[in-house]
Amino acid sequence: MEKRKSSQDEPFNFWSGIFFGLGFVAFIDEAVFHQLLHWHHFYDKSTTSIGLISDGIFHAFSWFATVVALFMLADIRKRKVWDAKSWSGAAILGAGVFQLYDGIIQHKIMRLHQIRYVAEVIYYDIVWNVIAGCMIVIGLVLLIRKRPTKPKKKAGEV
Amino acid sequence: MHNHVVDIGLDLLSYAFPVALIILYIAAVSVTNNKYKKWPRIRIIFWVLGIFSVFLGIVGPIADRAHDSFSAHMLTHLLLGMLGPLLLVLATPMKLLLRSVPVGFGRLISKLLKSSYVQWITHPVLASVLNVGGLWILYATDLYSAMHSSMWLFVLVHVHIFLAGYVFTLSMIYVEVAPHRTSFRLRAVVLILAMAAHGILSKWIYANPPAGISMSDAQSAGLLMYYGGDVIDLVIVVILCAQYFGGRNIRRKEKELILFHKS
Repeated sequence: MEKRKSSQDEPFNFWSGIFFGLGFVAFIDEAVFHQLLHWHHFYDKSTTSIGLISDGIFHAFSWFATVVALFMLADIRKRKVWDAKSWSGAAILGAGVFQLYDGIIQHKIMRLHQIRYVAEVIYYDIVWNVIAGCMIVIGLVLLIRKRPTKPKKKAGEV
Repeated sequence: MHNHVVDIGLDLLSYAFPVALIILYIAAVSVTNNKYKKWPRIRIIFWVLGIFSVFLGIVGPIADRAHDSFSAHMLTHLLLGMLGPLLLVLATPMKLLLRSVPVGFGRLISKLLKSSYVQWITHPVLASVLNVGGLWILYATDLYSAMHSSMWLFVLVHVHIFLAGYVFTLSMIYVEVAPHRTSFRLRAVVLILAMAAHGILSKWIYANPPAGISMSDAQSAGLLMYYGGDVIDLVIVVILCAQYFGGRNIRRKEKELILFHKS
């Protein structure tokens, strides 16, 4: 009989976390910065076409990712292979990566919109991206700290 | 005077038609319930709401306002092209039709559904291109203003919006009779791209109003299209994932059962 996979070998732990983190940050961005604070603008006159396309794809992907992440989470919990630590590590990593992409590529290079329409937007940018960097580091630390205890992957296992 | 009579006639017809469709559906349900498994009641609700939504997109107060308000037009687009089709797909009229008609006729219908034309048109890629591509053509070219000067163009565009939305929904979730199935991954990727193209078009409309539309009207229409589309697409995403992960659980249990018997 096939041996039950240990929770550390379960790829859904990583992917569900990544997708959830990404979707969660996109949701916060939309709910807090667009809708509640009105700092972000729906459209900005300097938005480039590539910025519009990137935003469209990321927006659609984050919607999808959030739903898939929650279904994956339900699935690994049902199979009792949920590993909370690597899941949260992946979630924080996913959140950080998306925030950094949003902060550097979408806000600055593609000029989708600014964080807030004030003169000294650079401080907002710094805080935004430093938080993103911290999340990436914390996520990676959580993920890597699990590694040493992880048994070597057996050949032939998917 | 003559025109007025014709108008009233058309109005009556457009209100009688949806009522007839609802009566027909309920009659088919009650007749076939004697012979087959009981038809889920929720589907009757889906059908009624779906018909209501589609016809609210064509006749009635919102459709009347859509002639001079672009935001009202966008609301009819959501009702006719997204919400209505989703509800109608969930009501599975094709399944009901198949159990209502004699066997010979049923075979003919299933032969038709299995035809290569239906296979092509319900392929997620083609269905998405027809759906979102059609919208891009409508709003990014002069078609939108041309539509208002030609009755036939107006009807054609609205029939297309409905049919394309219906086929698109059919191609993404398999609740109806679906002889031609594609993988979850393909549908997931295509759905994300279609949602993205819809969102991008909304923002594009927000910034570039079609000819003769004021900036503020285009902005509220763009917002409505963006967020309204998100809500309806979310329902499709949840159903798509529920079907995939549900099927995955069943397959895994079967596998475990086989392994258990072997050991």
